[in-house]
Amino acid sequence: MPTPLIQISGLEKAFPTNESWLGQWRFQHGKLKRRKDSVHALNGVNLTINQGETLCVVGETGCGKSTLARVIMGLTQPSAGEIHYLDQRIDQLNNRQRMVFRRRMQMVFQNPYASLNPRMTVYQTLSEPISFHNPQLSTSQVDEQIDALLESVGISASSSDRYPHEFSGGQRQRISLARALSVEPDFIVADEPLSALDVSVQAQVLNLMMDKQEERNLSYLFITHDLAVVEHFATRVAVMYLGRVCELAPTRTLFSAPKHPYTKALLSAIPRLDTNTAQPIRLIGEVPTPINKPVGCVFQARCPYANQRCYEQSPAMMMQGDASSVACHAIEEGRL
Amino acid sequence: MKYPKKDLIQPMSGSRWQHIWSGFVGDKLAVMALIIFAFYCIVALLAPLVAPYDVKDPAFMDLMNAEIAPMWISGDPRFLFGTDAQGRDLLSVILYGTRLSLTIGLCAVLIQATLGICIGLAAGYLGGRIDNFLMRCADIQLSFSNMMVAIVFLAIFQSLFGVAMYQQLAMVMLILVIGLTEWPLFARTIRASVLAERQKEYVDAARVMGLSSKRIMFRHILPNTLSPVLVIFTVQIANAIVAEAALSFLGLGMPATEPSLGSLISAGFAYMFAGSWWICVLPSMTLIILILVMNLLGDWLRDHLNPRTYKD
Repeated sequence: MPTPLIQISGLEKAFPTNESWLGQWRFQHGKLKRRKDSVHALNGVNLTINQGETLCVVGETGCGKSTLARVIMGLTQPSAGEIHYLDQRIDQLNNRQRMVFRRRMQMVFQNPYASLNPRMTVYQTLSEPISFHNPQLSTSQVDEQIDALLESVGISASSSDRYPHEFSGGQRQRISLARALSVEPDFIVADEPLSALDVSVQAQVLNLMMDKQEERNLSYLFITHDLAVVEHFATRVAVMYLGRVCELAPTRTLFSAPKHPYTKALLSAIPRLDTNTAQPIRLIGEVPTPINKPVGCVFQARCPYANQRCYEQSPAMMMQGDASSVACHAIEEGRL
Repeated sequence: MKYPKKDLIQPMSGSRWQHIWSGFVGDKLAVMALIIFAFYCIVALLAPLVAPYDVKDPAFMDLMNAEIAPMWISGDPRFLFGTDAQGRDLLSVILYGTRLSLTIGLCAVLIQATLGICIGLAAGYLGGRIDNFLMRCADIQLSFSNMMVAIVFLAIFQSLFGVAMYQQLAMVMLILVIGLTEWPLFARTIRASVLAERQKEYVDAARVMGLSSKRIMFRHILPNTLSPVLVIFTVQIANAIVAEAALSFLGLGMPATEPSLGSLISAGFAYMFAGSWWICVLPSMTLIILILVMNLLGDWLRDHLNPRTYKD
C-alpha cells in the first residue's frame, strides 16, 4: 500500500475558555484553587487521506470538523498528536519551514462573501499568491497564468479587474477555488464550501471541483453537512461526533450498511421520497458539553445500546470485514 | 415592475480611480469642498508671493497703523482685512498663519496616524500579551489630559533650553507634542476594526498562502480598516489646529513673531469687545471654513473609497 498523502494520528485540540483571570479561581473542598477550563474540540482523531481520493467529514455542528481543517492547514496549533504529509511531520513547523507545504496544501472556505478580500480585484487576489510563490515569473507570465486559471474555473478573463462584490456567490466560490489552485496544490481542504450557495449553484461548484480532481489528481478533505453531496462526491466518509471519529468507511459501504449507532441515526435523518423506509431514529438528549473531556465513549449519553463499559472506557477504532472501521463497544462485543 | 434607474446602468468599465472620479464630479458639494481646500493649500504654499506685505520686514509692524478696520469699513485701500493691535496687515498675517496651522495640523496628525496605525494593527492582529500591553499604554496615555502633557513638556523644554531656543524650534516641538499625545485614538479605532476583520476568512486564506504577518497586516487588513481612519484624520487635523491654538493662547505655542491662526484668534480675542472684532473674527472664519471643508472631504472620501458603497 502506498504512503497516504496525509496521516493524522492522535490529534487533539483544546481551546482555553475566555474567562477573566479572576473568574478562574474556584472554591474546591474548602480551598481556593485556580482552574482553567478549556473546550476540547478534538479528542484524538486518527485519519488518513490517500492520494487522489475525497475524504468527506460529516457530523453535527460543533463536533470539531472545522477545527480539524484549521489544524491540518496550520491555522491553529494542535495541543497533541501528529500530522504527516507523505513522510514528513508538519504539525510542529514554524511559518518558514511550512512554506514548502503551503504550496501543496490549500484551503477553500465556507463563506464566499468573506473569503475574498473586498478591496482587492480578482487579478490582485490571484496574482499575489502566484508571484509570491514563484518570484521568478515575469508579469506577463503571471498574467497568462491568471487568465488560464480564470477560464478554467469558468470566469471570463476580462472580468479580472472587478471586485469581489461584483460577482455572485457561486462565482466567488469559483474564484476562491481558483485562488487555491493558483499555487498548484495536491491537497485541498474544503470547509463547507457549498453551504452558503444555492442548490443549483452547489452542483456547479461541486462539478468544477470534481473536474479539477480528475485533471490534477487532487485529494480533498471535504467538510459538509449535506449527505447527498457526500454520497455523490466522496471516496470515503468519516463521521465525527464530539471531537472523535466514530466511523470511517468507503462511501458505498457507509450508506448501505452503517454500523455505528450515531451513523445510523444520521443516515436515517436524510429525507426520502419513498415512505417504505423505517422511521428516522430519534436521538434523545443533548450533545454533552465539550468543556469537560469526555470519559468513555463520546456517544454514551445518547446511545440506546450503551452499557457500563461504554461509560468507562473509550472505544478504539476497529477494522470491520468490509473495509470500514468503527469505534463502538457494542459492535466489538457483537451486541449490535 | 419598474426598476430604479440605477439598476439599469451598465457596469462601469475602466479603473477604480476613474470610477471614483466620475462619482466625484457628480457630487457638487464635494467638488466645492475640494476647490476650497485646494485654494487654501495653494494660498498657504504661495503665501510669500500672494501676501501684500512681507511679514519678516521690520517695517511690517507699525503701531501707527494699529487697529485699522477692514477696507469695506475704513476705506483704507492699504489693508484689505484691516490691521491688528501691532499694526500688522491682517491679510498677510492670516495667509502666513494658515500656512503654519495647516503644516502643524497635517504633520502632527501624520505622526499620530503612523503611530496609531502601527500600534493598532500590531495590537489587533497579534493579540494576546502584545495587545494587552499596547492597549494599557494607550489607556495610560488617554488618562493624561493631552493639554497637560503638552504644557508640562513645553514648559520644561522652555526652562531647560531658554526661550530663544524654544522660539526657533517652536513649530517642531508643537508638531511632536501634539503628534505624540493623541495616537491612542487612531490605535483604538484601528484595533477595533482589525479585530473584526481578522475573523474574516480572507485573512485565513492569506495565512494559508504563507504570507508574512506584516504583509497580511498592511496589505490585506489595513485597506479594509481605513474608512474610519479617514474620518478621524480630518477631525484630528481640526483638533490639532485647535490644540495648537490653545497652547499658543497659554504662551506655549507659536511665538508672536510667527503667529499661527490659533495664536491670531487668541490674540484678537482680547480686542473683541474693544470694538476691533475683525482681529478675532477674520482668522476664526478662515479656520472654521478650513475645518468644515476638511470634514466634508473626509465624509465624501469615506463614502467613495469603499468599493461596496459606490454611489452613482
